[in-house]
Amino acid sequence: MSLPVPPLLTYTVRRVVQAIPIIILIMIGSFLLIKLAPGDTVDALVGDMGGADPAFIARLRAEYGLDESVMVQLWRYMLKLAQFDFGWSYVYEQPVITVLMSRIGNTMLLMASSLAMAFTFGVALGAIAARRAYSWTDNMISTLGLVFYAMPSFFLSLLLILIFSVKLGWLPVGGIRTIGAFKTGWADVADVARHLVMPTAALSLIYLAFYMRLMRTSVLEVMDLDFVRTARAKGAGGARLMFHHVMRNALLPVVTLLGLQFSTVLGGSVIVETIFSLPGIGQLAYTSVVKRDLNTLMGIIAISSIIVVIVNVVTDLVYAWLDPRIELK
Amino acid sequence: MQGMMGRLLLLGGALCVVAAAAQAEEVKRGGTAVIHMVSEQGVLNPALRASTGVYQISGKFMEPLIDKTYDGYVGVLATEWSSSADGKAITFKLREGVKWHDGKPFTCDDVAFTAMNLWKKLLNYSTTLQANLEAVDCPTPYTAVFKYSKPMPLELLVAAMPDLGHPVPKHLYEGTDILKNPYNQKPVGTGPFKFVEYKRGEYIIAERNKDYWRGKQYPYLDRVIWRFIPDKAAAAAALEAGEIHESGFNGISMEDMVRLSKDPRFDVGSKGFENNVAHSTVEFNLRNPILADIRVRQAIYHALDIDFALKTIMRGYGKPGRGPIPSTAGANYTDNVPTYAYDLDKAKALLDEAGYKPDANGTRFKLKHRPAPWGEYTQLWGEYYAQALKKIGIAVELVTNDAPGFLNGVYRDHDFDTANGWHQFRADPAVSTTVWLRSGAPVGTAWSNQFGYKSDKMDGLIDAAAAELDPAKRAGLYHQVQKLEMTDLPVIFAIEHPFLAITSKKLKNHHNTPRWDSSSWYDLWLDQ
Repeated sequence: MSLPVPPLLTYTVRRVVQAIPIIILIMIGSFLLIKLAPGDTVDALVGDMGGADPAFIARLRAEYGLDESVMVQLWRYMLKLAQFDFGWSYVYEQPVITVLMSRIGNTMLLMASSLAMAFTFGVALGAIAARRAYSWTDNMISTLGLVFYAMPSFFLSLLLILIFSVKLGWLPVGGIRTIGAFKTGWADVADVARHLVMPTAALSLIYLAFYMRLMRTSVLEVMDLDFVRTARAKGAGGARLMFHHVMRNALLPVVTLLGLQFSTVLGGSVIVETIFSLPGIGQLAYTSVVKRDLNTLMGIIAISSIIVVIVNVVTDLVYAWLDPRIELK
Repeated sequence: MQGMMGRLLLLGGALCVVAAAAQAEEVKRGGTAVIHMVSEQGVLNPALRASTGVYQISGKFMEPLIDKTYDGYVGVLATEWSSSADGKAITFKLREGVKWHDGKPFTCDDVAFTAMNLWKKLLNYSTTLQANLEAVDCPTPYTAVFKYSKPMPLELLVAAMPDLGHPVPKHLYEGTDILKNPYNQKPVGTGPFKFVEYKRGEYIIAERNKDYWRGKQYPYLDRVIWRFIPDKAAAAAALEAGEIHESGFNGISMEDMVRLSKDPRFDVGSKGFENNVAHSTVEFNLRNPILADIRVRQAIYHALDIDFALKTIMRGYGKPGRGPIPSTAGANYTDNVPTYAYDLDKAKALLDEAGYKPDANGTRFKLKHRPAPWGEYTQLWGEYYAQALKKIGIAVELVTNDAPGFLNGVYRDHDFDTANGWHQFRADPAVSTTVWLRSGAPVGTAWSNQFGYKSDKMDGLIDAAAAELDPAKRAGLYHQVQKLEMTDLPVIFAIEHPFLAITSKKLKNHHNTPRWDSSSWYDLWLDQ
């Protein structure tokens, strides 16, 4: 007698197994791509130090294993990776996994709060705009969305800093906590939240605009469908019609976009984290490229690709839950 | 009556003096100074990494044998120094009663261990400086004798010590893999502040050393915090919002620097950077037959309007260069050198004479130029260079790269016609300057002569100066180096500029030494 395996589980396991060769390919491709950039971490280090003598440079290269051929380096790296060893960061002088783990929480926090805000407000505003299509409210929401959409995040970030930190003095310029304040418990949570207000706003507004426009179109489309007319004929009014019949169906394309955009938010966090000096993965990626910190960069790519794969699987699952007609095979 | 008046006046005068003195010395203790850093530092050990980015932080924990002040070189961990007549033995008397942060005493053993294992073997620039160091003897616990196989000018060693003379505690380093030693990231020194925490990507915290050797009253501050803010615009905003007190080494953009210099809350200036002077350069690849012609190089120098660049790019903070040695170098500097005034007609005439006539479009020849990515100065100076040369009929193609790309392109692959970057002067010409002109540097060594310049006369002068013990004769040789360089022009050391800092006026006693950002800040205090 064999235990019945739930289809959800088989689906998930199959998707994860399929992802492994993809991740390996990503890793090999990224490694070679980074190697194509002129110069290595020793050059960057020496540039930072304002120069060094040849003996010093040769010793560092040997120490970091950079005196081997690219293929040997790649082979060594992949062997280590197979044992889940991300190697050593010569810029931070720590194991890469330590560097990554200390950062990933902040990035996840920023991404979760930004996407949650973008999704909630985007969907709500989009639905309202569609409900009052072509009215004064709709025009206002749509124009605002266009402004958010057109505003580059680096500009928006600096604008926010100028207004809320420099002029008004309400919010801190950057960082994740007030340094040296050593707050604990709820005071610490409140402190972190205060530091995240501007980065979250800067990162989320552009996506908010996306979701809003998509939701508006989607709701408008669904509202014209037969089943909505039927529901209305049955006497379903205002709120029930909107939430139960229209929005649930209109959400499908928005959820698709949400899953797809998870990776672009990860990209957008590079700029926002750098400007707000938030110690996250995005800022780490930026400094790692500048310093040619290969191991750290590869670690970031590995973690990011794993996250993106997971999110894609979750998106598919949510999809099936929203629309029972979709089967997971 | 008159006597009484006189006495009263005298008393009043005396009181005034006392009051004035009290006001000048009314130091407030306590508080936290928050300092901006642009980039992270992986290694916080100045005996492993000679770099201002490292000193800015580690200088508060670890002290050198000798530091440089506006009154000259003063002892920190050393109290006296002298040389034997043949220059092969240099003796340092060490300060007694100094303790490492972990309570162990600082002695000659620490100096000998650091010199032989770190300064001679591992520290950039120092490995060249100390190449002939054979041993360090400790006849008493507080006497260190440096033995050299070839004469070492005392003046050179003393000048190098503020940057390249930080001892590490032997008891924490002996028998370990020095490069991987955990104390490279949590330094233990003798300085006024103790290391507390390094949170990567965020901050480093230092707290007051209650047991500091200069006396219980020092340091005045309770804490120093360095915040890492990579974005220069955000750093300027943090200054304005009062979140940070100081940003050194041009940590914010020139635009913000000029704007905030008009703000009464800040001091902006180059004071405190006299020891960190750099030149904005134009480097020639003499392997290119066009540039091998001295007349072409002279023409290019004549085509550069240095005053214009100084005003627009450096906003007046700097002066025209006079060869490889900057005016802050003391006796080793001379301004008695050939110069090349801004003169377009002369430049064109020189190019005509060299045989490079303009074609129908007015172009004489093309150059591939690599500007260094060392920030605003070098980027804008590279762009100005391209514009300036257009006026005399030289078309310049700019090839922009990040740091590793630039260093490889110029110094390893020699894939450039001209390049611009900067030369940083480090207290004595023998430390990091003469390698720009001496032939025979291995290919790939950044900031060395990779220009294809070879002059037996120049090599001879450099070698003679490096071994000359008499300071006056040594200075004479360096004057000749400067003159010869300005005649041969393998490199144009166009503009000499110190770095700039912006400091909140709440900080007192700031920038009061010529290498202030790298120094220990034992007398810094916060008025709040």
